[in-house]
Amino acid sequence: MGVSPGIGHGPAHVLSVSVPEPPEGATYDGEAEPEKERAMTALTQVAGELESRGHRAGGEAEEILKAQALMAEDPGLVVRVRSLIDRGLAAPRAVYEAFARYRDVLAGSGGYLGERAADLDDVRDRVIAVLYGIPMPGLQGAPEEPYVLVARDLAPADTALLAREHVAAFVTEEGGPTSHTAILARSLGVPAVVACPGATGIRQGARVLADGTSGEVRVEPAESDVADAVSANAARRAAYAEAGGPGRTADGHPVPLLANVGGPAELAAAVAAGAEGVGLFRTEFLFLGRSEPPGVEEQVRAYRAAAEAFPGGKVVVRTLDAGADKALAFLPAPPEPNPALGERGLRVFLRHPEVMAAQLDALAQVEGAEVMAPMVATAEEAAWFARECRARDLRRVGVMVEVPAAALRAGDLLSAVDFVSIGTNDLSQYAFAADRQLGAVRALQDPWQPALLDLVALTAAAAAEAGKACGVCGESAADPAMACVLAGLGAGTLSMAAGSLPAARAALAAHTLEECRLAAGAARDAVTAAEARAAARAYLPGLGRLGL
Amino acid sequence: MGERKVTVAAEVGLHARPAATFVQRAMKAPMDITVTKMNSAKAPVSGKSILAIMALDVRQGETVVISADGEGSEQVLDELAEIAGTP
Repeated sequence: MGVSPGIGHGPAHVLSVSVPEPPEGATYDGEAEPEKERAMTALTQVAGELESRGHRAGGEAEEILKAQALMAEDPGLVVRVRSLIDRGLAAPRAVYEAFARYRDVLAGSGGYLGERAADLDDVRDRVIAVLYGIPMPGLQGAPEEPYVLVARDLAPADTALLAREHVAAFVTEEGGPTSHTAILARSLGVPAVVACPGATGIRQGARVLADGTSGEVRVEPAESDVADAVSANAARRAAYAEAGGPGRTADGHPVPLLANVGGPAELAAAVAAGAEGVGLFRTEFLFLGRSEPPGVEEQVRAYRAAAEAFPGGKVVVRTLDAGADKALAFLPAPPEPNPALGERGLRVFLRHPEVMAAQLDALAQVEGAEVMAPMVATAEEAAWFARECRARDLRRVGVMVEVPAAALRAGDLLSAVDFVSIGTNDLSQYAFAADRQLGAVRALQDPWQPALLDLVALTAAAAAEAGKACGVCGESAADPAMACVLAGLGAGTLSMAAGSLPAARAALAAHTLEECRLAAGAARDAVTAAEARAAARAYLPGLGRLGL
Repeated sequence: MGERKVTVAAEVGLHARPAATFVQRAMKAPMDITVTKMNSAKAPVSGKSILAIMALDVRQGETVVISADGEGSEQVLDELAEIAGTP
């Protein structure tokens, strides 16, 4: 997964923080008191090191490291380590088990808090390394040439003192878009690839080429491949810079490019990336981790922030998408054997209509907000949602097309609403009966599957016939070739993560609408996803020129 | 027993940086300090433990009750409430 765009290449510098797990049940010789003293000294030493690194680094890194130093000296943790040693456990094992308790709580919370579990693991490993007398992994000061830093995951303590000019790219085995590696890489402007399995198996010093846009990592690439990648990247940047302004094809057919936004904090990035509005404003951030739903006033503030970030632009707010698949504390969902197929999205509102009512009341107070419902399957559901919206004078009302039934009968759904928005990830999940969380069936989630393209085409055709709007707000449009194909299939707007907008904008600007249609037709004529991708690209010559 | 009810304003909730600032202040206080999340079944935790406070998982917009007792506790509570309520 590419999380910070650009091309980086250089010798691999593999950080092997392989602190072993102290054996279960390990005991110590001698008295408890000196063993406790040993543990306390190690905890204090690590806290001191983290703090002094923080002082030297300054800024955001200092704050992260200060928090880690406090973890090492946490009074609750200290009490627990002491009592485990009193029960006979050796200091390293006692430290390991004391940390495990907090780690499990953080990891179990998922999301932002879950990723902080990595910070805690780093503190634990440092303390255990001190107790075992294992040297801490260090980074070279000033290398001869910038290196590609490879690790299981990067801890703030490893990276806080990194100099931008020493690092060509980051590659980690673990991590996600909100991990420290990703945040740090983007703030430094260093290309980064995370969730790259087997990365720490790369030989120390081997030449590595990392593409933070595509997520591709190559070991010992040919000189010519490196040159090609670097020049393609330069061409890409030039093309992005040239294709500013609103999304449109080479012959001027407008395809507004919108951003998928998960909360107010992401609005600035969407504006900076040249988004013409928000095609999917997820509202779950307002509801997660709360024991009561947010009040109308709080909701109005959040929705208004989105509308104000795009004066005159489109802002499409999706009502709460939660339920059996994403449980919320105040919407207790009975456990279901197949959560993706049960009460989720709009279906939850049938049982908790007051939650939808409050959200629509809030949206009715926000000038210019459009609203759409998730997980709509039938015309009755679309009509029910539309009635609730119209009763509040919401002017632009739509539904998501994420279920094959909705795509097949898009015309019937559209008779009640003003627009449809296709969510390609969920539409794939339901079209192929392949859980989107499940790695084993990932190939079926390929947006180039011709069956998925057919469903998109059916929906867009129904919208055209009804004279209503059809957009796509799945991440599939982040693939520039797919952005052209979706436009060719009849999608009127494309919405994606802000970072993907420049590539999609450049790809559209390089092709006429007719070329996009031909590419779309060729893709639908193909039998497999791979053939569809290849067939479409044959009609999109501009992609090669752009290095996309 | 003195207490303050504060709605957490930081976007990341009472985690990471805000939690660290909170705990650093609490550790300087001579008395015990406890933090409870409103409308939560979780037991009160020590205000001097960053791990316990992070585990409370207090998000932006949620309310906590901070309690302390003894000489100077009013001053400490005011400062802690200020930290927790800072965006």
